[in-house]
Amino acid sequence: MNDPRFHLALRMGDNSLILAQQNSKWCGHAPTLEEDIALANVSLDLMGHAQMWLGLAANIEAKGRTADELAFLRDTQEFRNALLCERPNIDFATTLVRQYLFDAWHLEQLGLLCAGSDISVVEIAQKAFVEVRYHRQRSSSLVIKLGDGSAESHTRIQNALESLWPYFGSLFENSDNDYILFKAGISELPASLRTRVVEQLSADCGQSTLTLPDSLFYHKGAVQGHHTENLGYILAEMQYLQRTYPSSNW
Amino acid sequence: MYAQQVESTGSQPKSLNKMNPKERAFQERIDRGERIEPKDWMPEGYRKTLVRQMGQHAHSEIVGQLPEGNWIGRAPTLERKAILLAKVQDEAGHGLYLYSAAETLGKSRDDMTKELLSGRAKYSSIFNYPTLNWADMGAVGWLVDGAAIMNQVPLQRTSYGPYARAMVRICKEESFHQRQGFDIMMKMSFGSKEQKAMAQDSLNRFWYPSLMMFGPSDSESVHSAQSMAWKIKINFNDELRQKFVNQTAPQAKYLGLKIPDENLKWNKKTEQYDFSEPDWKEFFEVISGNGPCNIERLAARNKAWDDGEWFREGLMANASKQSKAMNAKD
Amino acid sequence: MSIESPLWEVFIRGQHGTAHRHVGSLHASDAETAMNNARDVYTRRNEGLSIWVVPSNQIIASSPSQKGSMFDPSQGKIYRHPSFYDIPKVVKKI
Repeated sequence: MNDPRFHLALRMGDNSLILAQQNSKWCGHAPTLEEDIALANVSLDLMGHAQMWLGLAANIEAKGRTADELAFLRDTQEFRNALLCERPNIDFATTLVRQYLFDAWHLEQLGLLCAGSDISVVEIAQKAFVEVRYHRQRSSSLVIKLGDGSAESHTRIQNALESLWPYFGSLFENSDNDYILFKAGISELPASLRTRVVEQLSADCGQSTLTLPDSLFYHKGAVQGHHTENLGYILAEMQYLQRTYPSSNW
Repeated sequence: MYAQQVESTGSQPKSLNKMNPKERAFQERIDRGERIEPKDWMPEGYRKTLVRQMGQHAHSEIVGQLPEGNWIGRAPTLERKAILLAKVQDEAGHGLYLYSAAETLGKSRDDMTKELLSGRAKYSSIFNYPTLNWADMGAVGWLVDGAAIMNQVPLQRTSYGPYARAMVRICKEESFHQRQGFDIMMKMSFGSKEQKAMAQDSLNRFWYPSLMMFGPSDSESVHSAQSMAWKIKINFNDELRQKFVNQTAPQAKYLGLKIPDENLKWNKKTEQYDFSEPDWKEFFEVISGNGPCNIERLAARNKAWDDGEWFREGLMANASKQSKAMNAKD
Repeated sequence: MSIESPLWEVFIRGQHGTAHRHVGSLHASDAETAMNNARDVYTRRNEGLSIWVVPSNQIIASSPSQKGSMFDPSQGKIYRHPSFYDIPKVVKKI
């Protein structure tokens, strides 16, 4: 696929889809009923974004594939989500911090896409931006409170930050397509967002007795489809029905 | 129903002339169709029965998230995934509304939760059955929500104000649940051979457990008589079960599915369907903890509660730091 | 043993310019969390444009035993209602 917007839409769509898939597994299992409902709202928003971005990717590709086919019939090496999104639901702290890191990047990224030159990208970005502004507010509020809560909540949030940090950088990895998109004025280079996002995270941590890791090292490869082992299991579950009963109408 | 075995006072309702003046005034308010509100005087039996019933109802919603939650990760399209998640999320909301209604009578949500987790409190038998194929998401919406609605619609007129108001909100939100279930059933029944087989298998497994949801016949039950006098129960179990069968049989026919009951047939004389009773021995086993999934369901709720303790405590610890800082400023 | 988070009452002003209406309650550790939870629990269907959250223990409620003295006196004042006044049909727009 030569149109670089296809890769952008895929990357945005896959991020939202995989994170929504992971979060949605908490429904019925969250620490409070209120949190159960709130996290499901976030997942529902992200599923909506995934539908829009993958729909755009399918349109641009124009080979008759649908958003559903992109979601349910690609294998791991074709997925373009950042490694952060596929980190497992180890506990609720990991889930919350994963969401928090993602939201900080997501809001910044959508803000930039809203100012881009491609109308179909701008439309989706604007719609998502409003929802993600709330995600960012909610997850940062919880991370700040729990970071400065009990000794145990502090430790759990701090540990989650550290264990997710090497995968967080994956959101800022530049690919060849990103340079083309940048030249066309459609999006910024992913790596260029990092400083601003990290500044915001530091400010949050400062309010909360948390220490933001300062390592610049991160695991690369997601932009070429090199993922962690967990993505295979996520897809095995998510794609089970479509794979077992191909070309059925659901 | 969602509260299948609510014990009341255990004796027949008193007649008006045997009541003391307070009890009599209370009963007359209910008979006039007035709503009872949290701070009003009420007989101890009324309060206890209501707390028990609203608690069971709330627990059923929360445990009811689990069998459907089991398929959120495997929903076959993006749209189905969103619909299913929204529905299971609604159930958490319904549990929340009902716990809140019970809290107006002075029982805390944490206390009710502990009763559920320890196995002391009951919840609907239906949620102890497994969901084994995707058509089960259809059958649960169609049959289980269909049965629940039959009971919940009249409960909007129940005598206790906060309970009735919670039911109004729940019924409004629930209206899409049954329809999305039937929509899945249509796709499956009119789909491929394998899909139709899943739909039939699902109906076979969920039919009798759905009939059990209404509870055993209670026309002789003193508990039901008292609850009905207090208008916290509106219909007899058999009455609702019959209504459910009458409504569901033609729908199954439309889908081209066979209800697993050789005795099911239209009776011209009674203008009702005749049908077989479910196995009540199985029902009593399931409700007392011996269903196919009781252990998993309670284990899942216990795990969520235990694993979430640091989160709840962390937020409370932060809140108390905040208020100390505020007081220090003042 | 953890302490249960406090109960809050939620009031929502809907789409059509009506006053805030009580919609239900929820648990939250503090005001900010209560506000976020209210948004997530009670506006899932686009119900609201404005939310109030109030700690339940801060609500002062009238007591049922005072019902008579609180509300009966207004029953006698039928002259407060427009239907009390007979205006001839020929007089318009009043």
